[in-house]
Amino acid sequence: MSSTNDSPSAPVPVDILRFNTCGSVDDGKSTLIGRLLYDSKSLMEDQIEALERSADITGGGQINLANLTDGLRAEREQGITIDVAYRYFATPQRKFIIADTPGHVQYTRNMVTGASTANLSIVLVDARAGVIEQSRRHTAIASLLRIPHLVVAVNKMDLVGWNEQRFREIRAQFEEFLPRLAIQDVKFIPLSALNGDNVVDPSPHTPWYVGPTLLGHLETVHIASDWNLRGFRLPIQWVNRPNAPKDPALHDFRGFSGQIAGGVVRRGQRVLALPAGLPSTVKQIWTYDGSVEEAFCPQSVTVVLEDDIDVSRGSMLVGLEERPGFGTDLRANVCWMHARPLQAGRKYLLKHTSHTVQTVVTEVVSRLDMGTLEVQPSPAQLAVNDIGEIRLRTARPLFHDAYSVNRLTGSFILIEPGTNATVAAGMLQASSETVRPEGAEYEI
Amino acid sequence: MTNYHLDHLQHLETEAIHILREVAGEFERPALLFSGGKDSICLLRLAEKAFRPAELPLPFLNVDTGHHFPELNEFRDRRAAELGARLIVRTVEDALARGIAQAAPGEISRNRLQIPTLLAAIEEFRFDCCIGGARRDEEKARAKERFFSFRDAFGQWDPKNQRPEIWNLYNARLNQGENMRVFPLSNWTEMDVWEYIRRERLEVPSIYFSHRRRCVRRGGQWLPANDLVPPKPGEDVRELTVRVRTIGDIISTGCVESPASTVDDIIAEIAAARVTERGSRADDKASEAAMEDRKKAGYF
Repeated sequence: MSSTNDSPSAPVPVDILRFNTCGSVDDGKSTLIGRLLYDSKSLMEDQIEALERSADITGGGQINLANLTDGLRAEREQGITIDVAYRYFATPQRKFIIADTPGHVQYTRNMVTGASTANLSIVLVDARAGVIEQSRRHTAIASLLRIPHLVVAVNKMDLVGWNEQRFREIRAQFEEFLPRLAIQDVKFIPLSALNGDNVVDPSPHTPWYVGPTLLGHLETVHIASDWNLRGFRLPIQWVNRPNAPKDPALHDFRGFSGQIAGGVVRRGQRVLALPAGLPSTVKQIWTYDGSVEEAFCPQSVTVVLEDDIDVSRGSMLVGLEERPGFGTDLRANVCWMHARPLQAGRKYLLKHTSHTVQTVVTEVVSRLDMGTLEVQPSPAQLAVNDIGEIRLRTARPLFHDAYSVNRLTGSFILIEPGTNATVAAGMLQASSETVRPEGAEYEI
Repeated sequence: MTNYHLDHLQHLETEAIHILREVAGEFERPALLFSGGKDSICLLRLAEKAFRPAELPLPFLNVDTGHHFPELNEFRDRRAAELGARLIVRTVEDALARGIAQAAPGEISRNRLQIPTLLAAIEEFRFDCCIGGARRDEEKARAKERFFSFRDAFGQWDPKNQRPEIWNLYNARLNQGENMRVFPLSNWTEMDVWEYIRRERLEVPSIYFSHRRRCVRRGGQWLPANDLVPPKPGEDVRELTVRVRTIGDIISTGCVESPASTVDDIIAEIAAARVTERGSRADDKASEAAMEDRKKAGYF
C-alpha cells in the first residue's frame, strides 16, 4: 500500500497500460493483436502449435494470426469477433491489457465496454478505404469516454505500395474532424499487421516515417497523470466492524472501506461525509499492511474518523477543497446499450460509485449522428448503439463530478428493473450546485 | 515530491479488493471458492486485505472430486482454520450417491461431475454469488469472461448475452434463483500470481515445488502414477523430479520436469517457459472448444 517499494530486492516497478483496438470488420484488428503477441515473443509453443493445427485445417497452410483472439466457437464459425476479449502480454517496460473490441456497427456497446477502462485507443484504418463512418464513430466514442491517448494505425500499407501520399491523405481526413473532439494526444502510424511492418520491428518500406513502431509507442506513452489526484473522493463500499475482536484496541473499531476515486487523503485531514454533510477528521488510514499517513487514487483503504457520524455503503467522504457537485436534476451523455429504446419518462435504477438510486429520464435532449458527428436535437428516442444527451431526475441527490474531470465519480450505468439488464453507460456533466457542509464551523 | 504511483501488482491488487468489497456490499450470501491452488491462495490474501480487521464475511466452498491431490486438501483445511473461516466441502462421491450427479458409462474423470455438485451446493446454501480465482489469460473462452459473470437459474453462462461491464460499475442485481460468479483475478496472468505470492510471502502447497514422483506417460505428458487409473502394461512409468504448474485432478494434471524448489525458481522458470500453463491440462485438450462447452454448462 505504501507508495514506495520498501524491499530492496524487488524488481523495478512496471506499470500497466490498458488499451483497446477498434476498427471495422476487415481492418485487421485481430491480426494486429496476433502480430503484437507473436513478434513480442508473448506466444507459447502450444499456442503456436494450435495455430498451425487450425492453419492446416482451414487456412490452407497459412497461419492465421486472427485465430489467437477469436476465442469463441460462434466467432470462429462466423469469422467475426462478437464480444470483448481481453489479452495480456508484457515487455520489460510494461504490462499490457488489451481489450479487443469488435467493429460491427451494432456492437458499439462492446467498444464502450472495452474502452471505458482504457488509457489508450487504437483505431485501425484500412489504407485503401481511408476514413469511413466507423473510423469517425470509434474516434468519437474514444473522445466521449475521455480516453487520454489515441493511435491511428493506418493498416494494409503494403496494399497501397507504401505510398506516403496516401498516408498523409488519411491523416488529413482525421485532422478535419479531430478538432471537434476532446482527444489531446494522437499518433499516426503506417503499418502492415499481416507482414509485421512497424508493429514491433521498424519497416524497411517506410523511410519517410520517422516515428516509433506501434509497440515502441505503447511502451513509452506517458500515462502517469491519467488518474485524478486533485479532489479527494472515497465512495464507501463496506463498513468494517469486527464482531468480537481479540485485540482490545479494535473493540470500537469502525472503519469505512472503499477505493479512492480521486485525490489524496492524509491522516488528520478534515473531510466531509456525504450525504449527511457532516465534517470530521481522518483519525487513521487502515490497511492490512499497517496504517499509512496518506493514500491516493486508486488505492483501496479503510478510513477511521474521529467522530461517530452516519456513514454507510453509498456514502462518500470528500475533501473540503474541490468539493463535488450535487443535485437530483442531472445532465449526461449516454451510450444506449439495449434493444428496447430509451424514451423520455422511462424509469431505471442508476448505479453511481457504490450506490444505486431510482431515476426517471425526463428528456432526450439530443442524439449524435455518427456519420457526420452532428448533434441532432430532440430525437424521439435513443436506439441501441446510439449516443446522445439526456436529462435525468434521481430519487436522492447524486454527489458527483463532471466525467471530464473524474471518470470514476462522473460515470454511471442504468439498469432496467425486472430484467436487470445494463441498458446504458452514462457520463455526467458538471452540476450547477456544489456541496456545502452543514454547520457554521466550516471555513476555507 | 511524493510519487503517487502504483506498480502493476498494486494496481491489480486494488482492483481485486474493490471487487471483493462490492461482493460483500451487494450480495446476501456470497461464498469464496477455495481449492488450495495458487490462484485461490491469492484470493484469500486479497480477502484479508479487503475485510480485515473484521472477520471474513463469507464462507469458503470447495467441491471435492475425490481425485484431489492429498497435499492440496490438507493445505485447504489448514488455511481455512488459520483464517478462522467456515469451510464447506461438498463431494462428487456424495452427489453420485444421492443421484444429484450421474457418471456416464466408463467415465473416470470427475471433471464434468463437479458441475452438478457445485450447483447443488449453491442451491443447498442459497448462495447468490460465488467468487472464483479464474483468470482470463488461462484460456480463450475465459478471455471473454466478465468480472461479474451472470448465470441463469440453471447455472448456465451465455457468452452472447453478457451484461456489458463499464468502468468499475458492476451490475450485481439478480432475480430469484439466479447466481453470479465473480472473478477478481480476471486481469492477472500466471506471472502476476507468482510475483504476488513472492511479494506477499504466501505459503503454497508443496506439489508446486520440485519433488520426486512416480509418473506415467500418457497423451504426450507425464501424469502422476495413481491407483485410480493404474499404469497399463507397456506404459512408460518412471520416477522423475517434477512439479505441477496448474492443479486439477490427480488423473489429469500433467507434471513438468523441473528443478524449481523456490518461488524465485518458479518465476524464473515461467519467464523462460515456452508452453502455456493450461498446456499441461488434459481436460482442456479434448477439443478446441472444450472449455467453452464446460462453462456454458455451469463450470467455472
